[in-house]
Amino acid sequence: MSEIITNGAGTAPIGYTVGEDLVDRAAPDGPIETRWTRRKFAAKLVNPANRRKHRIIVVGTGLAGASAGATLGEQGYKVIQFCYQDSPRRAHSIAAQGGINAAKNYRNDGDSVRRLFYDTIKGGDFRARESNVHRLAEVSVQIIDQCVAQGVPFAREYSGLLDTRSFGGVQVQRTFYARGQTGQQLLLGAYQALSRQIDAGNVEMHPRTEMLDLIVIDGRARGIIARDLVTGKVSTYMADAVVLATGGYGNVFYLSTNAKNSNASAIWRACKRGAYMANPCYTQIHPTCIPRSGDHQSKLTLMSESLRNDGRIWVPKKAGDTRPPDQIPEHERDYYLERIYPSFGNLVPRDIASRAAKNVCDEGRGVGPGGLGVYLDFADAIRRMGEDKVREKYGNLFEMYERITGENPYKVPMRIYPAIHYTMGGLWVDYDLQSTVPGLFVIGEANFSDHGANRLGASALMQGLADGYFVLPPVIGNYLAQAKLVPADVDSPEAREAYDRSTERLERLLAVNGDRTPDSFHRELGQLLWDYCGMARNEAGLRKALARIPELREEFWQRVKVPGTGAELNQSLEKANRISDFLEFAELLCLDALHRAESCGGHFREESQTPDGEALRDDENFAYAAAWEFTGVGSPPVLHREQLKFEEVHLAQRSYA
Amino acid sequence: MKVTLRIWRQSGPDESGKLVDYQMDDVNPDMSFLEMLDVLNERLILNGEAPVAFDHDCREGICGSCGMVINGMPHGPQTLTTTCQLHMRTFSDGDVIVVEPWRSAAFPIIKDLVVDRTAFDRIIQSGGYISVATGSAPEAHSQLVPKPDADLAFENAECIGCGACVAACPNGSSMLFVSAKVSHLNVLPQGQPERETRVLRMVEAMDLEGFGGCTNTGECTNACPKGIPQASIARLNREYLRASLSGRR
Ligand SMILES: Cc1cc2nc3c(=O)[nH]c(=O)nc-3n(C[C@H](O)[C@H](O)[C@H](O)COP(=O)(O)OP(=O)(O)OC[C@H]3O[C@@H](n4cnc5c(N)ncnc54)[C@H](O)[C@@H]3O)c2cc1C
Ligand code: FES
Repeated sequence: MSEIITNGAGTAPIGYTVGEDLVDRAAPDGPIETRWTRRKFAAKLVNPANRRKHRIIVVGTGLAGASAGATLGEQGYKVIQFCYQDSPRRAHSIAAQGGINAAKNYRNDGDSVRRLFYDTIKGGDFRARESNVHRLAEVSVQIIDQCVAQGVPFAREYSGLLDTRSFGGVQVQRTFYARGQTGQQLLLGAYQALSRQIDAGNVEMHPRTEMLDLIVIDGRARGIIARDLVTGKVSTYMADAVVLATGGYGNVFYLSTNAKNSNASAIWRACKRGAYMANPCYTQIHPTCIPRSGDHQSKLTLMSESLRNDGRIWVPKKAGDTRPPDQIPEHERDYYLERIYPSFGNLVPRDIASRAAKNVCDEGRGVGPGGLGVYLDFADAIRRMGEDKVREKYGNLFEMYERITGENPYKVPMRIYPAIHYTMGGLWVDYDLQSTVPGLFVIGEANFSDHGANRLGASALMQGLADGYFVLPPVIGNYLAQAKLVPADVDSPEAREAYDRSTERLERLLAVNGDRTPDSFHRELGQLLWDYCGMARNEAGLRKALARIPELREEFWQRVKVPGTGAELNQSLEKANRISDFLEFAELLCLDALHRAESCGGHFREESQTPDGEALRDDENFAYAAAWEFTGVGSPPVLHREQLKFEEVHLAQRSYA
Repeated sequence: MKVTLRIWRQSGPDESGKLVDYQMDDVNPDMSFLEMLDVLNERLILNGEAPVAFDHDCREGICGSCGMVINGMPHGPQTLTTTCQLHMRTFSDGDVIVVEPWRSAAFPIIKDLVVDRTAFDRIIQSGGYISVATGSAPEAHSQLVPKPDADLAFENAECIGCGACVAACPNGSSMLFVSAKVSHLNVLPQGQPERETRVLRMVEAMDLEGFGGCTNTGECTNACPKGIPQASIARLNREYLRASLSGRR
């Protein structure tokens, strides 16, 4: 079977063909509650004395990578680990604020592994694989034990017991937290465990070193090419297995809440070597971010969602109303969430709150510079609870807001606007977290596995640590025990080819010597994606983007200007290299969004909505994960569908009206 | 607004550096300090000049990547604020702003404003952890932690490892950094078994890296974007003395 869909917009036809369905063969059948136990029991073990002989490359030191590197090191494998920051402790995970979920049921409020499993499947809008999600919920309880033992200073009650709170619309309090710095504290715990293994000589750490390519020999992942960002030296590293823990691709949109240097390069280059990319169109937008203040804006800052508990969201009723907020009388304000969703009001889920903000701004009723903002007003809360109470609850957030905007939110309503925050899509993996390239494992935000079309708050940290501490170690052992690998050679033709390909690309970037900065392309790409593949998507817009991206890519390779040489610390070269990948990856993102002619979770297709404007899934045609096989830049990729079976949780439509 | 930037330029670790002036004529007060440097860098690239190298990543004041000495102050004039969170409205039209890298023998300059802070990682590797292999942890509630201890541990665990304390100290001491980690782990019940070895090993590692001694000037705390208190250094001294007397190694 084969179908070609072209973009019909003049330039090279972009479409896709359909290949064979993909099946996850790693998960055992039978009762879901015991699948993981049975999988671990069936897994082949590597004799402790032999582990030392196995080299494992881990790329990334966020929650997923640091926990994996530490655990594999403890088990006696020889780990070679990489990150682009100057220290593994600075990975993007450090910025997570809110918390981490676990089905501990310390509150006795009816929580259980089953309920966390159920909430995650439903929250993911029925686009995740049941077996993976169930395992995640099972493992969640162990994560908290591990982190507490490491000295992670979670919030506690006066009794000395751990405190929890509720998060993101679920009805139980299962979120553990460390003030507004949960990601930082969890990452430091994992970083310290990793540091112990570095000291013990089990992990060889390469900070300021960026992966450029994956080496595949005889169909198996056997190493990477990486560049030392200080000296510029490009080197070849061989291993028996490669683990990617390189985070999400939200920065393809230029402005996002991700760290500035977060990128898609590692997963995209692995995709070019044969790992399928799954569901790239599943991107999450967070409704409460600080709006941009001008063209110079370089990133967006998230404000905790908890603000919506007491703040009221509004815009002027009249379009183009430029009066300061205190001069707009009550009856000329539109508290639109309270109006449209009377029962959930300001607490509707992330995607709904985000789209509603976009709609009012599209109507010309947005506030602040460029009309891209809505008010989040605490005046009522201050009247009701008093300023002191508000300060007690939200003081540090108010301070952060004031530091960035220079406005005092006790006096003037905050301005907020949605921003790209998280990416559910990523490299396709089976139950063993193994990609379609044997020996290539993908963990954390870089894979597609657990969140379906929408991630619940406080579940990314849980997944990263579940993958790294508990899931990867047994399954990677199983692979190594059976793979029968011959020693990998740095001088093998495949390794040389990957090396040449990487260095040639860098040389090409330096040679263009055009008249536009790398950032100017990134901004333009980001704007294009935000406009046509952002909060709401439609066929015409996506076709426009699909026509424009190849042109922009072409222009990039003709006009980009990268100063300096490759043999030094050259941040412009690093940037240009990442942007060149975004310019390729973006096309697949839009194509995936175009092909998925349904709305689900973070993917909202305007053509597919209920009469009240809510996301309308099409389970008949789209209850599958879309895994894309790369066939060349600008050439139609092959779609492989993994049909999703819902045996435990019944398919149902969400409703928040 | 208009400002003059006077930035330390140094093309490599072994090259000599100098301050170079750049005129910025169109600075938006709402820009962050790093966004202003972005604008400068785009201009330099188009002019065929080398852009200014500086470390940054989260731009939210939490990863600890950024850090420059601005007008003689690590992270600039605003207290409890990292360089990335500093905004141009803190400055005035016509200001001359001097921008330099962290200066410390233990943090060699790599290029322009980028320094090598791996000494901090090596100090943590020497003992800044609790030895608990994955899977061996007891149930989380099997050990209670009094809230005041948990809060104290948290306040010290907030350290972002940026190195401003070292840059601020006239002796180039890293006592505040080390004391924050020792305080974080040594006040928790989980940290007790390695309490003595931890502090002894970390202090030894710190001395090996070539950081200077502490003379209690307090500059480190003033510069710390997370407000790690001086009391932590006092605790480090106590812990060190106690550990030395314990005879454990
Ligand atoms: C502002 C913010 C708040 C958040 N709050 C929460 C929350 O409260 N709860 C929650 O559950 N989730 C939250 N999230 C999401 C969560 O933080 C992330 O999904 C998660 O931390 C990702 O972890 P990771 O280990 O997969 O990747 P990351 O932490 O992104 O780490 C990626 C690693 O890969 C390395 N790397 C990348 N590319 C390369 C390359 N080519 N070569 C070498 N190294 C490379 C990097 O150096 C880094 O070490 C938040 C996200 C943001 C942006
Ligand atoms: S860039 Fe992360 S703290 Fe400044």
